[in-house]
Amino acid sequence: MNKFIRSVRLDEDACRGCINCIKHCPTQAIRVHNGKAHITDKFCIDCGRCIRYCPHHAKIPDYDSLNVINNFKYTVALPAPSLYAQYNNLTNVDIVLNALLKLGFDDVFEVSAAAELVSEASRAYIEAHEEEAPFISTACPSIVRLVRVKFPSLIPKLLPFKPPVEVAAEIARKRAMEKTGLASEDIGIIFISPCPSKVSYVKAPLGIKKSQIDNVVAIKEVYPLLLPHMTHDENSLTPLSASGRIGIGWGNSGGEAAGIITDSYLAADGIVNVLRVLEGLEDEKIHGLKFIELNACNGGCVGGVLTVENAYVAESKTKRILRYLPVTQSHLDSYPDVRVKWDSLVEYEPVFRLGSTFKESLHMMKTVEELTKRFPGLDCGSCGAPTCQALAEDIVRGEATVNDCTYVLRDYINRLSDEIELLANAVNENGQSDESLKTLQENIGRLSVELEELFHSTF
Amino acid sequence: MNESITFQYKISGDDFTRAGEASSDVKNKLKMMGVDNNVIRKTAIAMYEGEINMVIHADGGDITVDISDDEIKIVLADQGPGIKDVVKAMQAGFSTAPEEVRALGFGAGMGLPNMKKYSDEMQIETELGVGTTVTMLIHM
Repeated sequence: MNKFIRSVRLDEDACRGCINCIKHCPTQAIRVHNGKAHITDKFCIDCGRCIRYCPHHAKIPDYDSLNVINNFKYTVALPAPSLYAQYNNLTNVDIVLNALLKLGFDDVFEVSAAAELVSEASRAYIEAHEEEAPFISTACPSIVRLVRVKFPSLIPKLLPFKPPVEVAAEIARKRAMEKTGLASEDIGIIFISPCPSKVSYVKAPLGIKKSQIDNVVAIKEVYPLLLPHMTHDENSLTPLSASGRIGIGWGNSGGEAAGIITDSYLAADGIVNVLRVLEGLEDEKIHGLKFIELNACNGGCVGGVLTVENAYVAESKTKRILRYLPVTQSHLDSYPDVRVKWDSLVEYEPVFRLGSTFKESLHMMKTVEELTKRFPGLDCGSCGAPTCQALAEDIVRGEATVNDCTYVLRDYINRLSDEIELLANAVNENGQSDESLKTLQENIGRLSVELEELFHSTF
Repeated sequence: MNESITFQYKISGDDFTRAGEASSDVKNKLKMMGVDNNVIRKTAIAMYEGEINMVIHADGGDITVDISDDEIKIVLADQGPGIKDVVKAMQAGFSTAPEEVRALGFGAGMGLPNMKKYSDEMQIETELGVGTTVTMLIHM
């Protein structure tokens, strides 16, 4: 199974080969080659930043069309808490849940209800393992993927629990099978997601062997379709919601931490901020905390690239929904069979390692240092790599050449043109003798070969 | 002969927010070279503490990191005031950091003790009014 699946693809026609995405990628996974942006799968953590920053909308997030509900005899919708935060003046989530049934789903199970189970299990786990704290949240797949490729020493700090959506999927599938008597493959468990990172998670899950989620659809696609089915006649609603403040609060950054019920936490959102926190944890600059909540998107899940509302507006809408809710409505005792814990380990993937042995890597690193000194240090991105150092790394990995640097190339062309000028002057001064003509011919021949090679290697 | 690689850093003395940049850079390079995680962790913490010390006490200085097959050698050289009493300075909790530095959460008196704890060998050469050179070795 491929461990490095990503859920962003390139619209080749839309890509202009500019440098916006390479500059914003937190793991330097993107290079522009031949005028198009290419992502290296194993470096990509699916954070969605390139989708956000591409001015030409050439980065296309992967998700399923809502038509997938026709592929199953029975379907269960798993709405993310961030779905509720898209709507104005919503005070009762049953309005959304009932609308999902009217839209064509046979049943719903809230991700926020499962989140309350994960919160409960996390509280107990952190308390029982206090001496190993702080623990890092694992609900955002991009965070787990980032730690697994960049922060090996923090892998033991990852909270070993499934993301709420996975717990929701397990419960929903089991329930649907019991209720309908249908086989597992006839039942579609469909997540309504704020981000494409979950699409890759379903294909290549972390901490578990196989996901129970069948399809991932986008909030931005479901949002407008639900509007005509939403009623404000609360008497006509079937009560379906089983989550409180803790579960629904997970949609906002800080919401998961609120469910841990401790003051000893920090919550960082936005992948650049997350990187700083992970660096601090790694160096033990950040200590004395029990829980570290990290979300790749600004504002938390409400800031996902598949949402419609502004992340900060959505955050305030979530708070409005929480106002009249009880603290929690779902408890682990009601789900004796559910397994919240990971059943497989997350292992370090040293994808950024230069060579296959230390000796080889050291040697390559020396070349990287020498090359970096040769480049102008402008990090202009014209070569297609985000920094001069990244170009140097690409060169030692055999994926680029020094002439990809426009400044090195300019100097080279200057040198060739100086030589041509010298030759031209030589022709004018003593072009009569046979011997000098021969030397001139040889030199002109050599220059034309060099120029030809240069042209083919760079354009 | 064993091949080795050297990285050099100039530490500026007036900026706390930049302390840690050098150790972070070394850490990333060690990861790219496939060095053992525990060795990376020890190096990063020991060097970070040294970097902070240079900023607090010595108005910056120079760090040289040599990496070879069998060890990582970190030399922190400054032209600061020197350490008056090395034995005392090595005690956990002993600090001469000024109040405004402590207010920022630094200067808890764990700098040198942590450098010793996380390195396998450490040597301090210091002269009052001239400067201090700390050499740390971390075995691979």
